[in-house]
Amino acid sequence: MLNLEVMGSSLPLYFGGVVVTLKLLAVSLIVGLLAAVPLAVLRASPNVWLSRPVWLFTYVFRGTPLLVQLFLIYYGLAQFSWVRESVLWPWFSSAWFCSMFAFALNTCAYTTEIIAGAISATHHGEVEAARAMGMSPFTLYRRIVLPSALRRALPAYSNEVIMMLHGTSLASIVTLMDITGAAREVNSRYYLPFEAFITAAGFYLALTFVLVGLFHLAEKRWLVHLAPRT
Amino acid sequence: MLQGYLPSILEGAIVTLTVALSSLVIAVLLGLLGAAMKLSKSRTAKFIATVYTTVIRGVPDLVLMLLIFYGGQLAINELAPKLGYADYIDINPFIAGVMTIGFIFGAYLTETFRGAIMAIPAGQREAGIAYGMSNGQVFRRIVFPQMVRFALPGFTNNWLVLVKSTALVSIIGLSDMMNRAGMAAGATREPFTFYMTVAVLYLVITSVSNLLLGALQKRYSLGVRTASL
Repeated sequence: MLNLEVMGSSLPLYFGGVVVTLKLLAVSLIVGLLAAVPLAVLRASPNVWLSRPVWLFTYVFRGTPLLVQLFLIYYGLAQFSWVRESVLWPWFSSAWFCSMFAFALNTCAYTTEIIAGAISATHHGEVEAARAMGMSPFTLYRRIVLPSALRRALPAYSNEVIMMLHGTSLASIVTLMDITGAAREVNSRYYLPFEAFITAAGFYLALTFVLVGLFHLAEKRWLVHLAPRT
Repeated sequence: MLQGYLPSILEGAIVTLTVALSSLVIAVLLGLLGAAMKLSKSRTAKFIATVYTTVIRGVPDLVLMLLIFYGGQLAINELAPKLGYADYIDINPFIAGVMTIGFIFGAYLTETFRGAIMAIPAGQREAGIAYGMSNGQVFRRIVFPQMVRFALPGFTNNWLVLVKSTALVSIIGLSDMMNRAGMAAGATREPFTFYMTVAVLYLVITSVSNLLLGALQKRYSLGVRTASL
């Protein structure tokens, strides 16, 4: 039924696609997470002048499709001559950079909300005890709030990582040869949509399982104190 | 500023909303069916529902959409001659889009509904049956009203994700607002203006949805006591 010969011979294309997908995923997740931690601290702050701007950023990025964000950055920015003439143009004219930039901004918005939620859920007693011990706000965050908040954010963050893995498939629309890009190439070369996209689906499914497994290990390592005792 | 393209984009917004609402209907039906299968005693039903939710939630929307759009096209045109049709059949991108999005979010809603049904104490259903209600009556009178309350937060989330994933139907050639913005952008060489318009329209849709579903959540939680600190 399925043309196994074509599926086998196009596997190298898919392996190349896996590398592209993982690169996009890793870079955008790392950049997004690094930016999300300080933003989440601001977002959870009682000072509205600090939390509102961050809220606006996450609201806009969580309220619009990733595809629109990607197109705004990849196609949209070229509209302005000051962008085309700036030193950043070599970056913003590259599909690679634009995809990573859009994905990083998007995941940063979601991650900020996840971590901010975890920060707000910190038990008041812990904060009061730390203050009573004379910790400065910085020490309080470094020693008490963030270590436990980041742990509690793990389950929600694992969902976000899976969503982002799936989100990277949009990079194929702006010409990158990720897993989906490889599948579209195979489909247009042989006109075998089932073979092409089922193979891609298999690769994504495998990556999803690996990521879910890794997060299970991470939760076992860092969230063991919250596991139900039976 | 929009050089006369606004009416076209607003028409596209209606297409987007139609796609979203139609696929929501399919997703809710599939979600209820999936939840019923997952909670049933039949092992086969459980297995099928588990495969469905695991596979769909593990594969990107775009890949599934391309698979159903191109694959469905091929399958229909191989099947049709055998059934006596001679003409080439073009799959309607609207149907392909609605089917795919409905199929995908059916899997997410299965989990939402399953959790909501499990949150209702079994004793209530048993009491209903003890009163002589039929299964349908138990569902309509006891399970459903409470299920709505438990399912609404997850449902709201899924609906928002669903709305945003409708942007993908532009890839398979449906003239939703994304597609029309692309055309306008090509004609005027002002992509930022038009994609920004689409972004704002999506923001309006998601904000209004949030407000409406928030009000609904309030309505369905009327009888619930909450502690305030």
